[in-house]
Amino acid sequence: MKVLVAMSGGVDSSVAAAELIDQGHEVVGVTMRLWGGESDTGCCSVSDVDDARRVAQQLGIDHLVFNFSDDFNKHVVAPYVQAHVDGITPNPCIECNRHLKFDRLSERARVLGFDAVATGHHAQVSRDDDGVFRLTRGHDELKDQSYVVYMLDQDELAFTMFPVGHLTKAQVRDRAVALGLRTATKPDSQDVCFISRTGGRETFLGNRIEFRKASVVTSDGATAGAVDALELVTIGQRKGLGLPGGGPKQFVVDVDTPNARVVIGSEDQLLRTGLVVSDVMWAYVAPVVGETVLVQCSAHGAAVSATIERVDGAGMTNSLGGLVLRFDVAQRRIAPGQSIVCYDMTNSFVLGGGIAEAVDPVTN
Amino acid sequence: MAIRKNNALSNETIADFVYLDHAASTPMRQEAIEAMTPYMSGIYANPSGSHRFSRIARKAIDEARDDVAEALGCKVGEVVFTSGGTEGDNAAIFGAVRRKSGIAVCSAVEHHAVLHCVENLKGRVVGVDATGVIDLAELERVLQEARAIGDMSGRVSVVSVMAVNNEVGSISPLRQVAKIVRAQAPDAVLHTDAVQATCWQDLREISKLVDVLSISAHKFGGPKGMGITMQRLGLEIDPLIVGGGQERDRRSGTHNVAGIMATAAALRATDSARDTEVARVTKLRDALVDGVMSEVDDVLETVPRDKRVAGVAHMCIGGCESESVLYLLDEAKICASAASACASGAMEPSHVLSAMGVDKKYSAGALRMSLGHTTTEREIDRAIVALVGVVRQLRRNKVKA
Repeated sequence: MKVLVAMSGGVDSSVAAAELIDQGHEVVGVTMRLWGGESDTGCCSVSDVDDARRVAQQLGIDHLVFNFSDDFNKHVVAPYVQAHVDGITPNPCIECNRHLKFDRLSERARVLGFDAVATGHHAQVSRDDDGVFRLTRGHDELKDQSYVVYMLDQDELAFTMFPVGHLTKAQVRDRAVALGLRTATKPDSQDVCFISRTGGRETFLGNRIEFRKASVVTSDGATAGAVDALELVTIGQRKGLGLPGGGPKQFVVDVDTPNARVVIGSEDQLLRTGLVVSDVMWAYVAPVVGETVLVQCSAHGAAVSATIERVDGAGMTNSLGGLVLRFDVAQRRIAPGQSIVCYDMTNSFVLGGGIAEAVDPVTN
Repeated sequence: MAIRKNNALSNETIADFVYLDHAASTPMRQEAIEAMTPYMSGIYANPSGSHRFSRIARKAIDEARDDVAEALGCKVGEVVFTSGGTEGDNAAIFGAVRRKSGIAVCSAVEHHAVLHCVENLKGRVVGVDATGVIDLAELERVLQEARAIGDMSGRVSVVSVMAVNNEVGSISPLRQVAKIVRAQAPDAVLHTDAVQATCWQDLREISKLVDVLSISAHKFGGPKGMGITMQRLGLEIDPLIVGGGQERDRRSGTHNVAGIMATAAALRATDSARDTEVARVTKLRDALVDGVMSEVDDVLETVPRDKRVAGVAHMCIGGCESESVLYLLDEAKICASAASACASGAMEPSHVLSAMGVDKKYSAGALRMSLGHTTTEREIDRAIVALVGVVRQLRRNKVKA
């Protein structure tokens, strides 16, 4: 097959390209230029492009650079900024996967006559006997990234390859060392690629929006402290709230954006059994009401059991409907904007997922 | 899996390319290669030395300078050898502003080697019309405004307007530009980046209009890393590079003797063949654009033919993206370009097309095919077939996707 492999300049995608070559595919590497601004982290600096190009040269494959910075700004950066204004905690890496890697890039690959797009994500695509594609967790449990690519539907799964999904991270690094690739010992990228390590989120947002001061109050309305930037406060947060030391642990249990108030409380006050999810899409068929699923609410969080209490657009793939989940055991409240991914009860493959809603399920 | 260590191309492979990116770099002329080799293998002395071996090298440079002056239509003492067009542009603009203070002015479609200097100095950028030609009325207004301020800091110290645009090939009305600059900013240095003019226009006609002119050797069959600046005698601008005082203190650094010899040889060859080349290449360029436009619809010829140089075929292809067009052309071994590439190698959206006001729908499908001294009819025929096929494939697949 003719495969376009997205090479970020990291070790996983470097080895992904090598794996594809071994499998006998005709492979072309591409690095997406996404962020035009200054950055010292993540996957779109010039030095990362240099690394990707050099690896492609060593592997003897062509290497392209596609400039998708306009799309990245439109679908990832601008919504990221707006989300903070709206009191939502976005996950830009997931939006980048949704809109850039598995939409813009895969469409480009189709137009150019490629048979598949590959990335270095630690996830796997398998196919059932009845021809259904399953997005399966990566072999390396600690590095599994199925959560961040949950949005893939049957069409995209059929067009997507994860060539290192069956390897452990250690095996990936060993492979890179054996091939003499310069990315072999490069550390994993941890941060949002368009936010510099030196300035951080505060500087990035501060250059783009006017921060609002907010009072920090207890659940009965008493003022306990103040923050300079409401936009930087997230549900579950404990530090930077201007609270006096000592006393019981206090958490942000609600961010009241319209009234510029941050509500704090004990860990108990943070617990919820219900969760409302929107923009839901299912990889194949939506589960039915009453069905139990495993739910993962952060990139490396544990999947916990929950019952489907309501589901819209049942039976359809790509439904973009709503979903209400009821956890068996109360969970810390999920910040609105976070991705919620449902797995099957064996915790092996993705059923679908969506975005946590701002609606507080306590009153829902 | 074996790692391929050597990607070097054989001559056989290169001969298989259709090379239509001469505006990015044109192959070295045989005369230039022959002119430089003796100075790489045998005559290695530093031409600034005092011994007889140095004098041999010095004589070679002096002769080269005579030839260059002849082709540029300037005095021998006005020729400065540089490392290329970027250095020439930087030296003229930073040099003038450092010496005279005041502000720098340029057009919005300048090469980044000019534009970034002017932006860096917080100068003024003058708009262009739909054909990429500087807005003369706006230029006059900007200069008048600066003159009205009167003090040193607001005075215009340098105006830089390119002779020929590197992306779309538009020819600047330098005669009118010069007239306006001399009238409205008589103390300003008038510089032109003539990098893209060398192959297609008589530089004697350009040099007489300006104070400083810079060109780049690898755009006319010389080596990369070499350039020439024509700088009027008595002109007061600070040097960009100081040191040993070579080039009459205007550009320090040991002379690149082999490079200078090759550059002079390439310029001689370009100058003497120019008239016949312009006629030959114009025909090929028109055949290329006509061949494509007669087969596929919704293609814009970005600048009218009578307003641009022979070597540039710039088209905007509706319903296609430049990166996709270039990838598929590359698959067919057709080398072309869209706009300038950034440090990562990604295509940047064209500041030239944006300044010209080209609709995004079309600028997204920009394609520059640039011809040169090695371009053949066979290459043009292959390029037409390939490009027509590429546009059809992209439009067909786009509908499917």
